Amino acid sequence: MSSTNLFHIRTEEAPHMAAPISTTGIIGWMRQNLFSSISNTVLTIIGILLAYWLIAPLVQFALIDAVWTGQNRDACLPQDGGHSGACWAYVKAYFPQFIYGRYPSEEVWRVNIVYALFLLLLVPLAIPSAPFKRLNAILFLIVFPIIAYYLLTGLVIGDWVVLPIVETAVWGGLLVTLVIAVTGIVASLPLGIALALGRRSKMPIIRTISIVFIEFWRGVPLITVLFMSSVMLPLFLPEGVTFDKLLRVLIGVTLFSAAYMAEVVRGGLQAIPKGQYEGAMALGLRFWPMMYLIVLPQALKLVIPGIVNTFIGLFKDTTLVLIVGMFDLLGQIQSSFTDPTWSTPSQGHTGYLFAAMVFWCFCFGMSRYSIFMENKLHTGHKR
Amino acid sequence: MSVMEQDSAGAPARASLMNDPKVRSIFYQLVLVVAVVALGYFIVSNTITNLERQNIASGWGFLENTAGFGTNQSLVEYSETSSYGRALYVGFLNTLLVAAVGIFFATLLGFIIGIARLSNNWVINRLAYCYVELVRNIPLLLQIFFWYFAVLRAIPGKREKWSIFDTFHLNIGGMRLPKPIWEPGSEWVGYALIIGIIASYFVSRWARKRQENTGQQFPVFWSAMGLIVGIPIITYFVTGMPMTLEHPNFVESGPILRQGFELNVGINVIPEFLALTAALSIYTASFIAEIVRAGIQAVSHGQTEAAHALGLRNGPTLRLVIIPQAMRVIIPPLTSQYLNLTKNSSLAVAIAYPDLVSMGGTVLNQTGQAIEIIGIWMAVYLSLSLITSAFMNWYNQRMALVER
Repeated sequence: MSSTNLFHIRTEEAPHMAAPISTTGIIGWMRQNLFSSISNTVLTIIGILLAYWLIAPLVQFALIDAVWTGQNRDACLPQDGGHSGACWAYVKAYFPQFIYGRYPSEEVWRVNIVYALFLLLLVPLAIPSAPFKRLNAILFLIVFPIIAYYLLTGLVIGDWVVLPIVETAVWGGLLVTLVIAVTGIVASLPLGIALALGRRSKMPIIRTISIVFIEFWRGVPLITVLFMSSVMLPLFLPEGVTFDKLLRVLIGVTLFSAAYMAEVVRGGLQAIPKGQYEGAMALGLRFWPMMYLIVLPQALKLVIPGIVNTFIGLFKDTTLVLIVGMFDLLGQIQSSFTDPTWSTPSQGHTGYLFAAMVFWCFCFGMSRYSIFMENKLHTGHKR
Repeated sequence: MSVMEQDSAGAPARASLMNDPKVRSIFYQLVLVVAVVALGYFIVSNTITNLERQNIASGWGFLENTAGFGTNQSLVEYSETSSYGRALYVGFLNTLLVAAVGIFFATLLGFIIGIARLSNNWVINRLAYCYVELVRNIPLLLQIFFWYFAVLRAIPGKREKWSIFDTFHLNIGGMRLPKPIWEPGSEWVGYALIIGIIASYFVSRWARKRQENTGQQFPVFWSAMGLIVGIPIITYFVTGMPMTLEHPNFVESGPILRQGFELNVGINVIPEFLALTAALSIYTASFIAEIVRAGIQAVSHGQTEAAHALGLRNGPTLRLVIIPQAMRVIIPPLTSQYLNLTKNSSLAVAIAYPDLVSMGGTVLNQTGQAIEIIGIWMAVYLSLSLITSAFMNWYNQRMALVER
């Protein structure tokens, strides 16, 4: 007997229907993120207009209207009264100066070797999984500076000129920027560690001296430090002892950044649990072995992002040396504006754009690295 | 083992003096003190000999001498016949001025960008992100040069101008604003302002007490605004409008050299000031934006949920729950950014804005009194930063979480 079954029981799953087109894909995303309400839509439109208004002239200047080749200013002069674009031919012509300053061209290979060595040692040091960290660090922090010093300044043993002397007065461009920034950081590291330990010391006089030193250098602007090191330092030394101008600036920069470094390291020291100190003391370690074997390796690893951030700050601040008459990258670019061969209305803009791009690439790269390290180091503590 | 037994049995073992931590610490500190004193002596004696050799008389007497150089911006009476001390004072005031204006705009811009960074709107969010990453990774000095040499070169020359509402004028000589001229009787407006501020303080106290007792709210903000703005305006009209505006005078005809803005009419904001303020506030705003973002993100989402559960709407949640907690995170780094801005204003020397460093540099070149000038610089900036950190400590103590 066949009975009509009033109930319909579905035995297989109904076919999945695609989500409404307005909630998925690009349209859905746009509805949710850009046009969810009237005020949001207005904001989106304002934002797009603002971006267009900022980016379009830049693209026009840097790419579309730009002049890429040429021998002198004639190539870059605005054609029949129109607006002129970036004069990249001028940057190309000046490129060696921007990188090496007025370093003699037949000796430039020495600078190149220093750049290459620097990269060769820095890259494995920066990659957390690369082996031979300790050896690498020793090479980078102790051996490399010595080699670089002789390569850059020259080496004369008795009458035998191994490498001709190159005065620091002819150094310039990116070379000076990197020399000041890297030396400043590398030399300020030990001083900063000592000051940080001093500030956490239980001995009142040592603590007071450390605090006064740190707060003094952190309280004054770098520019006054540079003036001090270039004007006052010669007064502090006995008669006849003179310092190279670059060296004077380096001393000022090192003392200045040591104070900032000390605060960064102190942050790391504070993050080490007390149990580590107590454990080390229970093992019978004295102060320095405890610091060297137990505390500092942990603390310094923690503050790598902080050190990188200090370095970024210092790298940007090296531009200030142009005020005391040295030619870092910005100073070199600034001084190239006086050259009549390339004097065009767009020369200044082009030079500043080039400087901005170089500094931005360095600083942005380093800040990405610092964020990467931060994420890597803080995996355990993240909530 | 036997050694230990002996020790515990007899008198406590006396360690040798060399291993006594107390003695050692005194010894180390003595060594450090001797080293510091020796270094100090070395520096001071060398400096004295060097100064004698160069025939530079150290001391503060030079501050009384006539400066002989002018400046294009001074907040107080200053001329070429004023003294060096006066010149430094003018520079100090200019530093404070550019710092104050810079801090104002940096805070405004920084909070806007920081909140935009947290926006759900993708375009706004990305724009704010690009702003922060672009601006904070380019050296400040380069930005100052950019504003001064690149942007301010593109505005009209001395014989032309751009105007907004025919009140604000801009050309290569700077920005011209109308200048308020205070006539007798206008001091009453100032008194009215003070009375308004005091009255609104008492109103807010009264309103808080009433809310605690009865739960009734009182529109404190609007009443305070009414008192602070309203009373001076009423006084202004009652006293017969004792203030006039002196508009800048733009000469369009006549001999070509006379064309342009008349000197000393209206307020002239010099282009160096504009460039420096723009660069400082835009640069610092990028750091403030990150601080604001981090501060707001530091307040856990549970706070918002709890506030909503208590029945608070979005506005009061933000005002009464989120912002007070975020401010506790924001203020300490914010003050250090303010301090950074003040210290960075010393870059003014690169574009010859007459701030403390720039004026001091001129005095230094003229007199050769390097130690005194650099000492003044450092003392001024150091005391500014010590005052700031004293404020910060006070604030931290006041704001610290009171836990059980």
